[in-house]
Amino acid sequence: MTVSQTSFGSHEPVLDVQDLTVKYIGDSRSTTAVDRVSFSIGTGEVFGLAGESGCGKSTIANSIMRLLKDPAKIAAGSISFGGRDVLAMSPEELRRFRWQDVAMVFQSAMNSLNPVLTIGEQIVDIFTTHAGLSRKESLRRAGELLELVRIDPARLKSYPHQLSGGMRQRAVIAMAVALKPSLLILDEPTTALDVVVQQEIMAQIKELQRELGFSVLFITHDMSLMVELSHRMAVMYGGRIVETARAHDVYADPRHPYTQALMGAFPPLTGPRVTLSGLPDGVKFRNIPDLAEVAPGHLVAPFGAGDLSIAHGTQATDDEDAALEGAIR
Amino acid sequence: MSHSMLSTSTGSGPARTDTPALEVRGLGKSFPIGGLFSRDSVRALHGVDLAIGRGEIVALVGESGSGKSTLARCVARLERPSEGSILLDGTDVLKRDRFQASRAFRSQLQMVFQDPFGSLNPAHRIGHFLRRSLAIHGKGGRSETETQARLEQLMDTVGLQADMLDSYPHELSGGQRQRVAIARALAVEPQVILADEPTSMLDVSVRIGVLNLMRRLRDEQGISMLYITHDLASARYLADRTAVMFAGELVEEGESLDLLANPAHPYTQLLVSAVPDPARAGSYDPVRRAELRQAVMASTSCAFDGDPDQPCSGDQPVRHQVGDPGNRHWVRCHLYRPRAGAGGHALAADPAAGPSADAGISVHAGPPASAHPRKASA
Repeated sequence: MTVSQTSFGSHEPVLDVQDLTVKYIGDSRSTTAVDRVSFSIGTGEVFGLAGESGCGKSTIANSIMRLLKDPAKIAAGSISFGGRDVLAMSPEELRRFRWQDVAMVFQSAMNSLNPVLTIGEQIVDIFTTHAGLSRKESLRRAGELLELVRIDPARLKSYPHQLSGGMRQRAVIAMAVALKPSLLILDEPTTALDVVVQQEIMAQIKELQRELGFSVLFITHDMSLMVELSHRMAVMYGGRIVETARAHDVYADPRHPYTQALMGAFPPLTGPRVTLSGLPDGVKFRNIPDLAEVAPGHLVAPFGAGDLSIAHGTQATDDEDAALEGAIR
Repeated sequence: MSHSMLSTSTGSGPARTDTPALEVRGLGKSFPIGGLFSRDSVRALHGVDLAIGRGEIVALVGESGSGKSTLARCVARLERPSEGSILLDGTDVLKRDRFQASRAFRSQLQMVFQDPFGSLNPAHRIGHFLRRSLAIHGKGGRSETETQARLEQLMDTVGLQADMLDSYPHELSGGQRQRVAIARALAVEPQVILADEPTSMLDVSVRIGVLNLMRRLRDEQGISMLYITHDLASARYLADRTAVMFAGELVEEGESLDLLANPAHPYTQLLVSAVPDPARAGSYDPVRRAELRQAVMASTSCAFDGDPDQPCSGDQPVRHQVGDPGNRHWVRCHLYRPRAGAGGHALAADPAAGPSADAGISVHAGPPASAHPRKASA
């Protein structure tokens, strides 16, 4: 893990998102869910996107897959994948782009398996639809795929309800990598699972990633998990990226008060027991400016009074909250 | 212990300070499985002994299916235990009110549920929920002014604005709703609160706030709590003691800091090793994990082998002291593996084992561990 930390493969980005803006357009007013977000993911790189529910993480994932539905509109910006403009793709191109180039594992994807088809039939579907293979060949490949995620190929004949949650999630991940995509989008892949299973799934993904060499866009709100898995990461708040850097830099030296609050929301498993404050109720950041570089590769959105931070290990008092609210405007 | 008006008005003698606020002895629960005429059952809980002192927070950790919530439901009397006793303030409540929980019981023990979105009726204002608790348990005072003052005091206690009493649940965030659920539990002035995963549905940044609130209630009002969670880090953060549940039995218990720093049971080690912690290097060591998993699935050696002071055998579960007695840290003998069919789907040794292996029926129920001395220091 530490080895891959320093080299992210080639400099040619697999995915390049520039100034992406997504709006949910209502009758009387519209909301900007994603606001001028830019990032890129290199070959074989694991890029993490952290933030709370509603900050726009999943909207970004859905924009990349072009899965946004009606009230949501990509208002500005560009998404290019391996040099191709994703936003200009025709329906036929999109069909091939999805799953073959970019695959996505949704949150609680294990519940997205069809309950009336066996696991085998569902995997075979991918090969016959997207790769045009024969049924027999597809079935053989499906067996290999299950072995890849350490599920007995005999399980091809099982129905989803006969598998445990962890096995179903692994099956879904196997399906996602079936066509060897160059980018895998994982949207909270382990939120519904227990810690032990979560750890196994993440280890599995890391192993597959090493074997097949795809890039990963990893979306979660669990900062500890993200720091362990990602090379680089970005923290989102209210549709804006407030901080982006190498994962360990964000962990060791979070600069933005929101990042600090998010880090402070996860009690450590070692060391003395200190009081954490998390994000005080009612604190809002508004009009977040563009990112500025504070250290090589470490970009932070400038914030309020400059030296403002939520100190680790102290209880945020009402006064501090007020100061924070005031300073951030 | 600080005195507040909330903690003083419970009727049953608070003089016996050495009696645990809540004690569970040899609690067992099996659910019938199979068809109408089937006699098979699955054992969800077996021989659980757990005591929560006054003003103590005990965390119960384990994976889904390990029996944590079944224990909570039994203690809250939403489920009837198959065996064992539940002592609230020294009184056996299963004997006192045999068929269903009495109002007196409810006013001593309250629950906070996982889902604040589902536990508040969307058709009512926040004030309604608190008012109802007060009215049912007769804690509202004599006049409307007293009730109103009490409502405002409750809202203040949980860190909410009093004007939110007129809001509907949908106007509140998840964290605020969970605070309302806690206020509702507090309205009846309970001695014990059972909190079943109270933060797992909340946004990360407000979770700590709810945990801090629970800690403050304990500090200021001396309320005992059973905090049920699968998040070991939060258990360590909040709870004085932590008990680990595996397949319906407690396998290890101790002071939270000590337990998580020196886990003795392979299952606890497996849980601890699975928690992502960037501060700890090399937590993704597959070889070590495979060993742990093997140790959990089929223990063949015992860490206490050869110790003449420790009675050990494969069919007699024994509780061993771990480290300093002051830490009240014990572990169930490694050799003894709970045979309950319940739980632990995550621990199927290999995927080929199939789901039928999960439906095992308990045959060898060893005598409950309570036969063995357990050093309880105050």
